Amino acid sequence: MEKFNKLTGIVVPLDRANVDTDAIIPKQFLKSIKRSGFGPNLFDEWRYLDHGEPGMDNSQRPLNPDFILNEPRYQGGSVLLARKNFGCGSSREHAPWALEDYGFRAIIAPSFADIFFNNAFKNGLLPIVLSEQQVEQLFKEVEAQPGYQLTIDLQQQTITTPGADTIAFDVDAFRKHCLLNGLDDIGLTLQHTDAIRAYEDRRRQEAPWLFNVASS
Amino acid sequence: MAKTLYDKLWDDHVVHQDENGTTLLYIDRHLVHEVTSPQAFEGLRMAGRKPWNSSSVLASPDHNVPTTDRSKGISDEVSRIQVETLDRNCADFGITEFRMDDVRQGIVHVIGPEEGATLPGMTVVCGDSHTSTHGAFGALAFGIGTSEVEHVLATQCLIQKKSKNMLIRIDGSIPTGITGKDIVLAIIGRIGTAGGTGYAIEFGGQAIQELSLEGRMSLCNMAIEAGARAGMVAVDQKTIDYVKGRPYAPQGEDWDKAVGYWQTLHTDEGAYFDAILELNAEDIKPQVTWGTSPEMVVTIADRVPDPQAESDPVKREGMQRALDYMGLDANTPITAIAPDKVFIGSCTNSRIEDLRAAAAIARGRKVAANIKLAMVVPGSGLVKKQAEEEGLDKIFTAAGFEWREPGCSMCLAMNADRLEPGERCASTSNRNFEGRQGQGGRTHLVSPAMAAAAAVNGHFVDIRNVD
Repeated sequence: MEKFNKLTGIVVPLDRANVDTDAIIPKQFLKSIKRSGFGPNLFDEWRYLDHGEPGMDNSQRPLNPDFILNEPRYQGGSVLLARKNFGCGSSREHAPWALEDYGFRAIIAPSFADIFFNNAFKNGLLPIVLSEQQVEQLFKEVEAQPGYQLTIDLQQQTITTPGADTIAFDVDAFRKHCLLNGLDDIGLTLQHTDAIRAYEDRRRQEAPWLFNVASS
Repeated sequence: MAKTLYDKLWDDHVVHQDENGTTLLYIDRHLVHEVTSPQAFEGLRMAGRKPWNSSSVLASPDHNVPTTDRSKGISDEVSRIQVETLDRNCADFGITEFRMDDVRQGIVHVIGPEEGATLPGMTVVCGDSHTSTHGAFGALAFGIGTSEVEHVLATQCLIQKKSKNMLIRIDGSIPTGITGKDIVLAIIGRIGTAGGTGYAIEFGGQAIQELSLEGRMSLCNMAIEAGARAGMVAVDQKTIDYVKGRPYAPQGEDWDKAVGYWQTLHTDEGAYFDAILELNAEDIKPQVTWGTSPEMVVTIADRVPDPQAESDPVKREGMQRALDYMGLDANTPITAIAPDKVFIGSCTNSRIEDLRAAAAIARGRKVAANIKLAMVVPGSGLVKKQAEEEGLDKIFTAAGFEWREPGCSMCLAMNADRLEPGERCASTSNRNFEGRQGQGGRTHLVSPAMAAAAAVNGHFVDIRNVD
């Protein structure tokens, strides 16, 4: 996983609540058995005017000029600003893969769906929860100032605006540690191998039916 | 200390806990399908790891499989490769898989309970948000991402933080014509799609006790649509009766010991909930969604809401967007809405009781002339077999419904079953998001009987008025 420390980037304001993972990456792209290459199909149904399918040359497809990601001023954006309940719906990790592959490294919203929130951290993508008022203020500032950038410092847990305002944010200590260091969860868990074995030994006594599994 | 059901399930699976509450949670059962697993298996291979306990895993292809004649395999090459990749991964890692040609193949959330692979008191996970379904058995069941699929395969554990406890109590007796689906849609209409975010929801009260296990599965299935990763119902005699004798269920001495434990799987008197919602079943009417989020739901007796009556500007804009997408005018009576297609199936509503309820409406009637396609997709090969033994397939086909092979099908349209742009569907599935059933497709979520009634009448009708 790519480390996340400090980021300064263009902010893309996606002014919608309840953005679901079907919208972030439509189902036809879930047929891939790879982890990469989803960026060109991020928000596919909103971003292009035609119907997208895997294997198409996306550079030749007609863009929807009304979709925020296609506006010239937001090109190269790495911070996504959204409304409440971002990432609701399916558990597909293809959603954070697509956002990350496009170039986003952080998402700011008043709330996130639980599974998406969790998946984002596992892919070097930082989801930041701010209050509705703070998010509203950021929407106003972004829309008023072309080229608007934010600086996100994970170590300090701060967001700095172009006007030098500083906004503090919360992040779980364990997740912060993993993201700052680009750590692989599995390696960390396997440090507890003895505890897992001990748990299994105890459960085998208490609940033997869980281990005497019939096989077909 | 008095504990909730969720507290008990959580505590029994803690392997290790850090000071800040980060917990290593043991996973008993891992269900796997073809869409969210290939990258996890690839990750295992790249790291030279093996599954911790391959006998805890049960796999089946469900999202990509065709629901028509399978003798020629899958024609879409990308879909075929994904299913073949699952076959190869399961063979390589010694995982039991019900392949496409196995009568036990089906939607993972149907086959887990059907096989007794889902048991009370278990932790059950799957790279699929509708894993909450299995909470119907007094299990702690939730969806995970692909990184976590790999993590569970490699370690039999997940790194988790405990959610808050929410109780949703449905008092009163369930009126005729009302199902688990109507109850959960009414709940989502009340608390919204983020109302359960950060919570594990326990459903309780007289109405929930009255529900069959299949009704409870429909209910828990859509806990995620209320934002909660896990929904659950306490174990009672119905749960135990349902599990008994299934292929993976414990036997003999193990059975008696298991039942003794399962009977403790309920919330203790006086246990603390962070949030409580109370509804009365007698107030619940047949539900129909009108928009592009499951919270955009009204009763069959209502009209399409008017955005002008909404004071919150973000909400008002969302409502207007939804109406534009759905091709609906505000204030249209729900009974005036005419679908083009009808889909009966999905992990929410494809079990035998769902098919019986739909068949009871279809019996002796005909699909209306304006319905281009009405299809019934059983949740598993065994559900299909049982339905055929009961003659339900004949009832459906005589009425003009198509009777298909099992899979996820048009719930998310990863296979060939989909809506064309602008088509409207009465669907027993769980999500009415934009494009969910096909780009530009318009979904109305309803119960199986309501879907069948829409098929034979050509528009939505109140199931309570149908004989």
